[in-house]
Amino acid sequence: MNAHVARLSTASFETGPAVVVSNLVRSYGSRVVIEKLNLRIERGEFVALLGESGCGKTTLLRALAGLDSIQGGRIVAPRRPAVVFQEHRLLPWDSLWRNVSLGLQVPDARERAAEALTEVGLGDRLDDWPRNLSGGQAQRVALARALVQQPELLLLDEPFAALDALTRIRMHELVRELVTNHQPGVLLVTHDVDEAIALADRILVMRHGAIAFEHRVVRGASAPISRSELLGELGVNSHSTH
Amino acid sequence: MELSGIDRTVIGADSAPSSQSGDNAFAPTATKSKLGARGLQLLSWLAPVVLVVIWEWLAQAGWLSPHVLPAPSKVIRTAFKLAATGTLLNDLGVSLLRAAAGFAIGAAVGGALGILVGFSRVAEAAIDRSVQMIRAIPFLAALPLVIVWLGVGETQKIFLVALGVTFPIYINTVLGIRQVDPKLLELGRVQGLSSLQLIRRIILPGALPSILTGVRYALATAWLALVVAETIGAQSGIGFLAMDAREFLRTDVIVLTIVIYALIGVAADGIARFLERRLLAWHPNYGAAR
Repeated sequence: MNAHVARLSTASFETGPAVVVSNLVRSYGSRVVIEKLNLRIERGEFVALLGESGCGKTTLLRALAGLDSIQGGRIVAPRRPAVVFQEHRLLPWDSLWRNVSLGLQVPDARERAAEALTEVGLGDRLDDWPRNLSGGQAQRVALARALVQQPELLLLDEPFAALDALTRIRMHELVRELVTNHQPGVLLVTHDVDEAIALADRILVMRHGAIAFEHRVVRGASAPISRSELLGELGVNSHSTH
Repeated sequence: MELSGIDRTVIGADSAPSSQSGDNAFAPTATKSKLGARGLQLLSWLAPVVLVVIWEWLAQAGWLSPHVLPAPSKVIRTAFKLAATGTLLNDLGVSLLRAAAGFAIGAAVGGALGILVGFSRVAEAAIDRSVQMIRAIPFLAALPLVIVWLGVGETQKIFLVALGVTFPIYINTVLGIRQVDPKLLELGRVQGLSSLQLIRRIILPGALPSILTGVRYALATAWLALVVAETIGAQSGIGFLAMDAREFLRTDVIVLTIVIYALIGVAADGIARFLERRLLAWHPNYGAAR
């Protein structure tokens, strides 16, 4: 097997892409989930990945995060990517700042965590417990925890799926702002077509372990891409949904 | 266990000022608004106090033979007398020392085995079945064998306490480690934690509620083991005091030792609860609201 994951140092990748995936193969036993997939995400680029359940989009994200081994191909990422999961995954026994600075190996961890929490609007809750947070607040702390590592690649695995509609819209605004400020490459895995249109510079649709459709969103264009076109790519009959 | 659970809610309601003001504001029932949390607490003490008073009165009136049950006042006087001669404190110290030594040894063995088995499937395969088989024996049933091995000296007493403590600590440590949320472990890996950091920041704190439950059970069994061990061939300690008193039909001393055992049991439970409140302040079921 010629599987290879390269985690290069930041210095050698000053201006390079956030991640380059070539000929990625991921299989469970004899079942191939991802078949020779190629993907490149630039820094500051926001890529949304749509697809039906079981199409392999979360599998791709987990491979990029280094959580699963790969069976073939090559992933070149500048350094450890940051991940925000569907659940906030905050440690209930640690205060918010301890949660945000988890894994941060710097002497001024508390100050860095405070900055990150301020950025997500929770700068006054440093010593609070996770159990006192609402779902949206907890997910904002999870975002702060990801961004405090100053990642060049940010992986979002349906992070807003469990939130109510209003909270989700506020989170979209916050994420756009944070990505503009920090300029990581972003891969957002989502079920939500509207979310993809609202956030992404580029939308990918995955089918049977491969990227089947790609669309570059031009901001400011009169009609970025129609919902029904994307839904069609996802195998939903657009006439019945209108 | 159930009793202490009820007790805990009472304490929680008492210490939270918001619940009291809520009572006053809404007054859900007439009784509640008149008595308040403090009144209810007083009421809960009424029955035991009345019982002791009736006991005292029966003894004073001569309805209760002092050979059956001495008056509470007589027990208290005996306590002062024994304390004055120094024997009571000496015996109490000896008993506490035995309990502490046995607990420390049992907790160390149970905790170490628990961590080993919790982390390693190989260790589990090698150790767990044997431990579970030994655990099936009520540990007091091993007493005659322990006496054959170790006689009736200090070693036998400390060994018996340690034996009683080892299993609850072991089982709850393994359980706690195994119950740590795998999603949090995955997060730890994503955040780049080393194995040691993973244990310190995620696995041990996650296992702590279960481990403390084990400590609580262990304190109860340690005490039980001590009572049994001291009843047989002791030359000092609270149990010796009771056995010695039995020879002379000194029921006042016997009742005193029973009361002391009870008080120390209550104190041990208090320690366990204090640990839970301090160490599990983050936990919705234990911690005081911040």
